[in-house]
Amino acid sequence: MSSAQIEIQIIASVVAVACAIPGVFLVLRKMSMISDAISHSILPGIVLGFFAVQDLSSPLLVLTAALTGILTVVMVELINKTGLVKEDTAIGLVFPALFSLGVILIARNAGDIHLDVDAVLVGDLAFAPFDRFYYGNTDLGPKSLWVMGGILILTIILITAFLKELKISTFDSELAASLGFSPVIIHYSLMTITSVTTVGAFDAVGAILVVALMVVPAATAYLLTDNLKKMILLAAFFGVVSALSGYWLAHALDVSISGSMATMLGFMFLLAFVIAPERGLITVLIRQRQQKREYSLLTFLLHIKNHSKTRGNPEEVMVTHLTGHFNWQKNKAGIILELALKNNLIEVNDELVSLTDKGEAFTREALDYIIYNNKASIELIGGRFLLFR
Amino acid sequence: MNVFDYFGLLINDYTIRTISMGTVIMGIVCGILGSFAVLRRQSLLGDAVSHASLPGIAIAFLITGSKEPLVLFIGAALSGLIGTLWIMGIASKTHLKPDTALGIILSVFFGFGMLLLTLIQKMPNANQAGLDKFLFGQAATLIVKDVYLLAAAGGISVAIVIIFHKEFKILSFDPQYAKTLGFNITLLDIVLTSLIVIAIVIGLQTVGVVLMSAMLLAPAAAARQWTNRLGTMIILSALFGAFSGLAGTAVSASMSNLSTGPVIVLIASVLVLLSFLFAPDRGLIIRLFRHWKNRNFLKNEFSAN
Repeated sequence: MSSAQIEIQIIASVVAVACAIPGVFLVLRKMSMISDAISHSILPGIVLGFFAVQDLSSPLLVLTAALTGILTVVMVELINKTGLVKEDTAIGLVFPALFSLGVILIARNAGDIHLDVDAVLVGDLAFAPFDRFYYGNTDLGPKSLWVMGGILILTIILITAFLKELKISTFDSELAASLGFSPVIIHYSLMTITSVTTVGAFDAVGAILVVALMVVPAATAYLLTDNLKKMILLAAFFGVVSALSGYWLAHALDVSISGSMATMLGFMFLLAFVIAPERGLITVLIRQRQQKREYSLLTFLLHIKNHSKTRGNPEEVMVTHLTGHFNWQKNKAGIILELALKNNLIEVNDELVSLTDKGEAFTREALDYIIYNNKASIELIGGRFLLFR
Repeated sequence: MNVFDYFGLLINDYTIRTISMGTVIMGIVCGILGSFAVLRRQSLLGDAVSHASLPGIAIAFLITGSKEPLVLFIGAALSGLIGTLWIMGIASKTHLKPDTALGIILSVFFGFGMLLLTLIQKMPNANQAGLDKFLFGQAATLIVKDVYLLAAAGGISVAIVIIFHKEFKILSFDPQYAKTLGFNITLLDIVLTSLIVIAIVIGLQTVGVVLMSAMLLAPAAAARQWTNRLGTMIILSALFGAFSGLAGTAVSASMSNLSTGPVIVLIASVLVLLSFLFAPDRGLIIRLFRHWKNRNFLKNEFSAN
């Protein structure tokens, strides 16, 4: 590994972590698409800043760009307040307009600005180590590492200092307001951090991949945990993994580094989406199937209980009657019947079904819960009574 | 050349006529289907789908090695649909919110598309040039064959909307009611969403991946302010879309260094702004005026007593 390669990996990891942390809050606060809007609409800010100082690496550009980012949020909120369109439409209207403005400004002044619009979208990490920061004659390392490192440290300090406030305002904004933290201030602080991080990361990974680095690690972590601190750490971890694996994928295929990072993030999300222990697709589908079956079982048992009192009508509790009465397919009726038998909830005598003592207890308890609308207990009752599920 | 010369050229010049026809068709189709997207709160779906179509374009090229518009079009539509289905899957099967699902699919698909595009650029055959025009669109490269394709795809979509307008209307405003009436709303939902995907793909070549969402939203959001009737809204939206396409082409053709896509989007955005301000009934100015009148009325009532 050459030193440039190591530096690229360090920069990529720092960018990934710096994006992942505010990303967690964006995902939790249902503002993922705001990051998409900000990442696009900072373009005119960068161009205007460049017109002012004629230097693409000036810190002023970060300022003007971050201001445009906040302007975007303000504009979206203003449009929302008019009630003329829905919130998602407001986002979708604001950022393409600002982005178009940026593209046109660049195109009209193509001679003056060496800003390639493609590079704005995708960024280029490969050249990041060559733009170095000198103090006198001493080489202090790549400039983007300093910028992103600074933003990362600032983010970490702010988030650790205000974690409690952020947590409360994220999960219960009314409680936060009643405790005296202004949700507006917290909201705009978070938006400022997001904008500044986006501007910093934008250079390295481009506008759209900033969105990937913010939203995807946080979403992947959210599939695996409910604990805020764990979620932040996991998101940062996924960010770093994607940075390193993405770099080597790009190296192997000789393709865009940021594209590979996003692809690796996509893979990680897909994995978590499918096999996450509690929230994964497989678990969810199995659970849904089980719930459906237990619901059918309960319906069936209640039906039997209902008709065991009216003894005059034996066909209601006949095995063959089930398919007709519940409109169940034959094999479904078979499965439910077998499930009930296996769990010792019913017994069958001469094709007639009746509840066992255990079945009686089960239905009695379930009925109580249903009458008092005790949903939580209904979900738990299966665990106590059913040996086979 | 100024804008008036453009209208002269529109009649005489073959290239300008082709480009203008392309952008106008795109504007009409996006205007019509955008109305449904806006009403069904699928506004940002356009953004996600347009980004998600990028890997499809690249894969279609990798498999066939051709840049035939139809091939790329099918690739883009398929990958856009896969993205849409995945978004729906994430939103329905996990606790992640729909906007997170949009953000994930949008950025990951786009990133994968960029990976594929850079891979294609490294390939020895030089045939790949021009695939990246899908990023920002390049109306100037539209040729007659493209316009035919746009017209065919757009015409079919619009015909389907006309045939099923009653079903789509009830689906947009009250899907539960539609279900009780016995409509297969899952199927209708898939058909309408697929049509929206097709409209987006139609716009890709002209406006590009990044700005496509605005083309879908802006005409519809502007039209929404002028009327409360779906039919009128769709017609107005198509008109606004067509106007943005035509005016955008005119402005960008009459000035140097202006790509068409961003100009079209800006014009559509200006239409939205004007509609927000000046629409009768819903507009902000009439609302302020009404507010002022009410206040004066109340003031007079109270001071009279």
